[in-house]
Amino acid sequence: MIEIQNVRKSFGELEVLKGIDLTVQRGEVVTVIGGSGSGKSTLLTCINGLEAIDSGKILIDGIEVHARSTDLNKLRRKVGIVFQQWNAFPHLTVLENVTLAPRKVLGMPRADAAKIAEKQLRHVGLGDKLTTYPSRLSGGQQQRMAIARALAMSPDYMLFDEVTSALDPQLVGEVLETLKMLAEEGMTMICVTHEMGFARDVSDRVAFFHQGILAEIGAPDQIFVDPQHPETRKFLAAVR
Amino acid sequence: MFDYTFQWKQALNRLPQMLDGALVTMEIAILSMIMGIALAIVLTLLRLSGSRPLIAIATTWVEVARNTPALFQIYMAHFGVASFGIHFSPFVSILIGITFNNAGYLAENFRGALKAIPDTQARAGRSLGLSELQSFRYIIMPQMLRISFLPMTNQMVWAILMTSLGVTVGMNTDLYGVTQDLNALTFRTFELFALAAVIFYLITKTITLGGRLIAARLFRY
Amino acid sequence: MFDTALTVNDLIFLARGAGMTIIVTAISVVIGTLLGILFGVIRVQLGPILAAPLTFVLDIFRSVPLLIQLVLGNAFIGMVLQLQISGFTVACIVLSLYTSAYCAEIVRGGIDAVPEITRRAARSLGLTWGQDMRYIVLPLATRVALPSWIGLALGVMKDSALVYVVQVTELLKSTQILITRLQEPLFLLLICGAFYFIISFPLARFGGYLEKRWSND
Repeated sequence: MIEIQNVRKSFGELEVLKGIDLTVQRGEVVTVIGGSGSGKSTLLTCINGLEAIDSGKILIDGIEVHARSTDLNKLRRKVGIVFQQWNAFPHLTVLENVTLAPRKVLGMPRADAAKIAEKQLRHVGLGDKLTTYPSRLSGGQQQRMAIARALAMSPDYMLFDEVTSALDPQLVGEVLETLKMLAEEGMTMICVTHEMGFARDVSDRVAFFHQGILAEIGAPDQIFVDPQHPETRKFLAAVR
Repeated sequence: MFDYTFQWKQALNRLPQMLDGALVTMEIAILSMIMGIALAIVLTLLRLSGSRPLIAIATTWVEVARNTPALFQIYMAHFGVASFGIHFSPFVSILIGITFNNAGYLAENFRGALKAIPDTQARAGRSLGLSELQSFRYIIMPQMLRISFLPMTNQMVWAILMTSLGVTVGMNTDLYGVTQDLNALTFRTFELFALAAVIFYLITKTITLGGRLIAARLFRY
Repeated sequence: MFDTALTVNDLIFLARGAGMTIIVTAISVVIGTLLGILFGVIRVQLGPILAAPLTFVLDIFRSVPLLIQLVLGNAFIGMVLQLQISGFTVACIVLSLYTSAYCAEIVRGGIDAVPEITRRAARSLGLTWGQDMRYIVLPLATRVALPSWIGLALGVMKDSALVYVVQVTELLKSTQILITRLQEPLFLLLICGAFYFIISFPLARFGGYLEKRWSND
């Protein structure tokens, strides 16, 4: 379970998270929508401990992410994250990209790591690209590789930060299919996205962020058909 | 006007000795490069450490290496340390001097290379659970070394050229030292040093061309 | 406190050495730069194939230790040509050629950095080759070349420490003479090193600053 309790975060003068409360249960898929600068991406990097928070608490399975005593490297094994920019490691082959963390973080022998990596890469449809360097892959393929890379750590939770935003339109579909597949397999996921169709199809709940506040959260049918908050209505009218 | 008669044969007779010297020259250059790269990585880490005293140490090293003559650095390694009662052999002194110089210049190259690697690379590593040092070791450093590969071959050429300075601290087994000793025996200064120049030229060209060939293969990704 | 046998006369001796370092450097950088511009322009004008012989000769200066160049220059002028000229002149000749080889490389890089399209546009406006060079290429190439040129000039100053081999007593040689006499190597070397550093460090910083500023716009 991920519990976010009254989290505040500022960059200098700008307060990007103004007291966020959100709880995500095991097996749940929550998508986060909202305009740019609404703080939704920042929230994900805070959950993963890549960003510090100013006040409040984030608990993952009861462990406080930003407590001094928390071993973040250990905690991150539980929580995979994939970014808008896929950040392929250009000097490593696709297989090596995926085996790096299992080998170096979990101390897995090379052969075992390769087995897991191959399985994950096949899972995302890259079973035939193992020895290729990322520069030879399309953006969509690189993004799927980044997903496999995170999955290879067998995380309990996955965070997706606008993973299709930097892709050419014709490549968006393949990545969304991969996310959908993960959702159907029961992975606990928080997805920040601009793809409303995807949010509607896949989510258990949809959260709407507006200017650092969680303005509204509910089942997809409620949010998309009968939004309560005026800003939600405005936002949905604009993106439609 | 050209009363001077060249006697190339005398010089050529000494070629085997000079080639032995060339091997010592390459040995010094290679050792000083290996240690220089290792130290430059350490200096880079110190500069990234965020600790003021460590950054100051690394910066001082780099700036002294880049802003004083290599010969001065070799003198420091030989005569300077003698003030502390330390007496290095010429071989050790020249090795320390060139290594110091290599490390300083390479650390500066590495700094430039780091600028070309996006911050998001390290962040991606951290997000997978790699520690800061692991991120550097497995993600940043390999890319840094590849980007710096051609500057490193340039520094290797410099290291070869710098070995000639060993003679100033009494080195006489390297190519320059051997040539100088032969000169004292035969006085065929022009011929002997011209031959040494040809050997130096061939060594440095081999490094430059070899470096380009290897780079073409390394940068396939 | 600190005990040294160093006298005022010794300091004057060191200052003379420093003066020699600066004079040799200044002469070599000026002549070397003029030659370097000439060689660089010739190389660009002739193209890689016709300029190959010049490229080859210049490359030698960058591939052979300066110490050997000085010894060879001295032997060639003294023993082969049998000319009676001073070590100072030999040092300046060799160091100038050495400088010109690196400078030609910088000049070529600077000219190559001016886009062909820009030059064609200039010529299409009716500018002559000379005018194109003067008003278009020169200002643009200078921006690319100046930071490297500063680095080169500082490099020549540091490398001028080697002219001791043709009996020119510059700063480092003066220091060494005093070391032999006074037996205070560390103290004397630190004075000597500080001199180089004080000249080189700010100028190198300035070059880095120019490079950063000009590459941003």
